[in-house]
Amino acid sequence: MSIEPKEYQAPVWHEPVIHQMGAPGRRGVLFSRVEDEIEAGVGPAADLIPEAVRRRDRPALPELSEPEALYHYLRLSQQTLGMMGISLFGTCTMKYNPSVNEAISWRPEITEVHPLQHDDTLQGTLEIVYGMDLILRELSGMDQFVFQAGGGAEAAYVNCAVTRGYHAARGELEQRNEIITTIQTHPSSAATAATAGFKVITLMLDENGYPSLDALKAAVSNRTAALMVNNPDDMGVYNPEIKEWVRIVHEAGGLAFHDSANFNGIIGKLRPREIGFDACMFMLHKTFGAPKSGVGGPAVGAYGCSAELAPFLPSPLVAFDGHRYRLDYDRPQSIGKIREFWGNVPVVVKAYAWSRSVGAEGMGQVSDLSVLANNYMEKGLLAIRGVTRSHPDATSPRLEMTRYSLQTLKEETGVDIHDVQNRMTDFGIDAPWTSHEPWLLPEPITPEAGEMWGKEALDNWIAVLKKVSDEAYSDPELVKTAPHNQAVHRLKPGVIDDPDTRAMTWRAYQRKTAHQSARRRASPGEVPGQPGE
Amino acid sequence: MGESTAHPYMANSVPAIQREMLDAIGADNIDQLFSQIPADHRTKHSFDLPPALSESELSRHLIGILAKNRTVEQNLNFLGAGSWQHHVPAVCDEVVRRNEWLTSVFGEPSSDHGRNQAWFEFCSQLGELVDLELVGLPVRSWGSAAGSALRMASRLTGRNEVAVVRAIDPERLSVIRNYCEPVEMADHIAVRLVDYDPATGLIDLDDLRAAVGDQTAAVYFETPSYLGVIEHQGAAIAEIAHAAGAELIVGVDPISLGVLASPAGYGADFVVGTIQPLGVRLNTGGGIGGFIATRDEDRYAHQYPTLLLSIAETIEPGEYGYGLSLFEQSSYGLRDKGNDWTGHSVYMWAIAATTYMAMMGPKGFEEIGGVILQRAHHAARQLAEIEGVRVMFPSGFFKEFVVNFDDTGREVGEINDSLREQGIFGGKDLSREFPELGASALYCVTEIHTGTDIERLVGALRKAIA
Repeated sequence: MSIEPKEYQAPVWHEPVIHQMGAPGRRGVLFSRVEDEIEAGVGPAADLIPEAVRRRDRPALPELSEPEALYHYLRLSQQTLGMMGISLFGTCTMKYNPSVNEAISWRPEITEVHPLQHDDTLQGTLEIVYGMDLILRELSGMDQFVFQAGGGAEAAYVNCAVTRGYHAARGELEQRNEIITTIQTHPSSAATAATAGFKVITLMLDENGYPSLDALKAAVSNRTAALMVNNPDDMGVYNPEIKEWVRIVHEAGGLAFHDSANFNGIIGKLRPREIGFDACMFMLHKTFGAPKSGVGGPAVGAYGCSAELAPFLPSPLVAFDGHRYRLDYDRPQSIGKIREFWGNVPVVVKAYAWSRSVGAEGMGQVSDLSVLANNYMEKGLLAIRGVTRSHPDATSPRLEMTRYSLQTLKEETGVDIHDVQNRMTDFGIDAPWTSHEPWLLPEPITPEAGEMWGKEALDNWIAVLKKVSDEAYSDPELVKTAPHNQAVHRLKPGVIDDPDTRAMTWRAYQRKTAHQSARRRASPGEVPGQPGE
Repeated sequence: MGESTAHPYMANSVPAIQREMLDAIGADNIDQLFSQIPADHRTKHSFDLPPALSESELSRHLIGILAKNRTVEQNLNFLGAGSWQHHVPAVCDEVVRRNEWLTSVFGEPSSDHGRNQAWFEFCSQLGELVDLELVGLPVRSWGSAAGSALRMASRLTGRNEVAVVRAIDPERLSVIRNYCEPVEMADHIAVRLVDYDPATGLIDLDDLRAAVGDQTAAVYFETPSYLGVIEHQGAAIAEIAHAAGAELIVGVDPISLGVLASPAGYGADFVVGTIQPLGVRLNTGGGIGGFIATRDEDRYAHQYPTLLLSIAETIEPGEYGYGLSLFEQSSYGLRDKGNDWTGHSVYMWAIAATTYMAMMGPKGFEEIGGVILQRAHHAARQLAEIEGVRVMFPSGFFKEFVVNFDDTGREVGEINDSLREQGIFGGKDLSREFPELGASALYCVTEIHTGTDIERLVGALRKAIA
């Protein structure tokens, strides 16, 4: 590797909090007064509000001109690294969010449409949503998709609600109150199952990197409502016994849900329904090219299932009679609503556009290139001092991700994964993903290359980690005090969790800092938090 | 697109590069890298997907399909009911479309600094509107905010029944019922509906008193209500809830809070609501989002299922940064032992909303609230002049009101068909959801509706019922 990584410098704007900006009387937006005849007819606005609930004070919002607000937020956007550098954020499948898709989804035919409009006025959008449904059916083998869930976790929650509906219809819900998952399945499966009221059984991994069949058999019973599992998991490990898993769960009367969050490694290679799964979930903001938006959304967890489960899906579904599309609300067994309306339509449009740009052949290429890139990176990364791989004895190639550990680096230099993350950002690399909790592997790091990045970007990423490793061995303080080139420095330790200092709003911060300085003034020389205060 | 043509989204879709990478790995071909997957798991299916399109083909294809839609720009719209048409300043759109935050993930406080500050400012400004110090990052909808708050209250009180106002969006109520779990589940939370006064639309306090007891975890109502009515008995409702040891959760539309008092002022323990009116377009329903706010007390802070973002000083004197607070209590930290679950939400809409609030300022909210009230009341009065048309709760509403057509002898669907032919989207049909209201529709009038628009509506309605 002959690349010498170059350091990056983030914009440092020293941007004040918005409440510290502006001046009394400034305006950012105006609203025209009502016409005189309306004013004369209805009288002053204040008289239209019941006395008891009139607002007496003005909210303490900043007062800014329009450009002050605009440039403030543009400067903040510049102080966000995102994919402006290289982001191989594992388990999130960072890929290109095509500009044309953004442009199309901001057209008024999408943004200026009300979800309760008559079906006749929604034919274009319904055609696209139905088209996306057909594409996902083809990729998964499922019989019906719904787009109501606003993310992958919410789609997992849809699965739990559909599971409740299915077993309730058979009179078995009270008995079937357990959901089985694995420790390497995303936390949202376990968490949504618990929120939906199920007891959660979490299977641990054996030395192959996935739980044993015996562990599954011991967990399955006539109380099993469902299995919720990803495959491959967040370490790029594929459970080759998964067909047998599904068979065992079905035999016990449970349902099997495939969290297809990691579909980028297998898209076009296998179909969850053919493996036996009753349902699956695709993250359109991940595998299908819509933006991750700060792991924040708006997003879509597209949930698909077999014909047997379809009656229980949330309403409405998009139906097509060969001539006309319609929203079907007349579904008596439906579990109702998970979220108001019928989904984040702009995200569905982006995913449809991505699918049409890539096509069937391109989808196969997505998994090819993702898996190729991951294995290519593995060669480079395992050559770096202090880096090891999970399950070193499982020698077959990982799929689209590999879980590494920097434990050796930490033991030998004192530099931990958090320091490494921070130092990598100094080279314009967005902080890499560690692992979901709990960390099964100490000091974990999980890059996921995906299909977008070129070989040079991958080489650069590897070179940066190598550089940081070299620094850890030669000048550990440089890494431990990183970042050095970002918009701001590290946070003071402990401040964001301590009830005396944590503040989720400016007004909370003002109160708590005023309180602290008052305390400091009242008792000079004393250390805050000592008894007697 | 020919077989060996690289795809514009995939830099390594050049065969020579792949060969180079395979050589570095020591593999003959890419298929070898899939050896973990047993052969009988691999599909034999040949995928029948529509053909791949170039960008110019794709644009034409999509625009051609979308042309079949009809928009609220081409028509005069009176639909609201959870997705409301307000003016969205162009600055909000420009800010929210920035690629930096669209492509960000979970970096470090330093590398995600700007985005985190924007999110913090969303919470901070919303905190000023609702008059509360603790605001979580947004949730996916008003319904999920209300559902989560009810579950928080159930955990706080150890009780498993909630009293919820009957005058509520049936979609939101369905979301809440899912959050409260079916009766078969051990932790089922019973939803007891509280009547509204048929004359005023306000909560029936006698029915509320009968419903609330020592089994009640929370009382939930909304102001303005789904039927548009400003609930002004908040203090009395709070007293009833608190006397029973229940939490009071109030849902609001924050665009009203320049003129309406925050429920925190009359005793709400939780304020929840929508964020869509704050600078987010309809987006065919994809513009919705919700929030949860409370007092900044440990008791509440430790129950939030949302992510929380705290301001903090950095190691550099005088410098601020932002980091996720109490992260360990979320499902990311504790899986099934965390507070319900956390996941993708609508955080980009928080960025639109913070931009909107920054531009509005106190005066903007006061002004828009007043204009909406006047325009909506003007519209209601004009409609009530039409023979056979009645406004059911003719005073004390904000931007939505119930219009009844019983005396016209026409169904709402019929009337709306006629309005649509005249280029108008009539109000949401309530006849099936609220049969007691007869042939009624929920009309939404905001700052965008001029006197001329209302004249046009009146004329079209006269024609529709003639």
